[in-house]
Amino acid sequence: MRKPYLRQAPGRELADYPEGTAYTAGFLTAKNAGWRSVRPVLRAEKCVLCLRCYLHCPDGTVYESGGALAFDYDFCKGCGLCAKICPLGAIEMETEGA
Amino acid sequence: MNDGCAQRAFLSGNEAFACGVRLAGPKVISAYPITPQTVVVERLSEMVEDGSLAAEFIHVESEHSALSCAMGACAAGVRTFTATSSQGLLYMAECLPYAAGGRFPIVMMNANRAVALPWNIYGDQSDALSQLACGWIQAYAQSAQEGLDMVLLAYYTAEHPAVRTPFMVNLDGFHLTHTYEVVDIPARADAEAFLPPFETDNRVDFDEPKNMAFSAGPGHCAVFKYKQHAAVLRARAVVAEAEERFARTFGRRYTGLVENYMTQDAEYVLVTLGAVAGLCRDVAAQLRRAGVKAGVVRIRYMRPFPDAELTAALESARAVAVLEKDISPGRAGAVFSEVLGVLAGRPALGAVGGLGGEDIAARDVHAIFDRLRAGETGVYFIGIGGVTI
Repeated sequence: MRKPYLRQAPGRELADYPEGTAYTAGFLTAKNAGWRSVRPVLRAEKCVLCLRCYLHCPDGTVYESGGALAFDYDFCKGCGLCAKICPLGAIEMETEGA
Repeated sequence: MNDGCAQRAFLSGNEAFACGVRLAGPKVISAYPITPQTVVVERLSEMVEDGSLAAEFIHVESEHSALSCAMGACAAGVRTFTATSSQGLLYMAECLPYAAGGRFPIVMMNANRAVALPWNIYGDQSDALSQLACGWIQAYAQSAQEGLDMVLLAYYTAEHPAVRTPFMVNLDGFHLTHTYEVVDIPARADAEAFLPPFETDNRVDFDEPKNMAFSAGPGHCAVFKYKQHAAVLRARAVVAEAEERFARTFGRRYTGLVENYMTQDAEYVLVTLGAVAGLCRDVAAQLRRAGVKAGVVRIRYMRPFPDAELTAALESARAVAVLEKDISPGRAGAVFSEVLGVLAGRPALGAVGGLGGEDIAARDVHAIFDRLRAGETGVYFIGIGGVTI
């Protein structure tokens, strides 16, 4: 699994911008999760790594790490699709800051 | 016509243009037919079918798709062509700034035609002149030969690394697209020597993946627009470079962003664009014989706009008229509005004519000069007059 990684944006000088809207792919320059009100939390004992959540996540924030499922909270918006789609109830949505 | 040798042929503007496109060798052509552009895409589809043009011809379902498709092909790294007119140009209008902002150097022929309503299939310049701000380079031909030559010049300029901007070549509907003249068709080897293969890093690449056609928020968006503006301004120098190279290769020389006729000491200058310029020059020559210091400027490029060239050409002018085939209701013709910017307050007269295919006669052009010499200013419609409310 390759997920986008955070990288420092190139500078803000004119010469740092590309000519036209095309630039090296595969990285992001800013976190984007500020409006999340609920977060997905894994109940690892129920998860069989079917990866249905990975396939359905609209923001590509579900990934596998060391044989376990993980969420990228820098980009997860808390939509809850992963929890809805999980056939084993292995993902629960918990209120942020509770 | 397919043996690759230079030759002369009796061709319509559309047919000559198609020959120019074949010489440029686009790999993808996506187009939707519309009068009076239809013949150019018909000829191109025949060339693809008979094997004399190794291109993919994609019959799309609309002009919006025609240009979207051309962008996709260009983003795959190949030379692309499309053509349209009038309602078709307006239907693809959403995609025009998209192609310009994406810096896809697509070349498009536009057959200038009236825009509805009233519904009208005949020639005027309302379509293209309504799209001056879309970010494309815009040139206007006055003959089938110039149309053919402009295909090669357009690709050279559009694809130049300093420019990387789409290019719209305009041919007056019917007056150019459907009239016939003897045209020199360059040899394929010469065309290939003139026009380098298309190379760009603004394309899909499996080894170096790119995000393409992305968004840019406040604080970034303006930089991209700034760079577009700078690129189109840089096209001034590239047009000159291309025309010099063209003259060395083919022996035909063009005159840059404008073409001047007897402007050096002219007191009354008529500025126009497109095929009607020939008639204007004839009238100016008659006036010269009668002792009137008349001159004509034919604008060849509306983008980049020829500020410096017009300033120089109009230096001796006491008054300036503009003849154009469009009207921006409530203001004037688009060309008149732009030319005002270089006149430093001198008297200016806007003549709107040829709308919906109306003929412009020599007497109409004489009348423009008569009005100009009588000190008339403002905007009037040929055959109708100025608006009084």
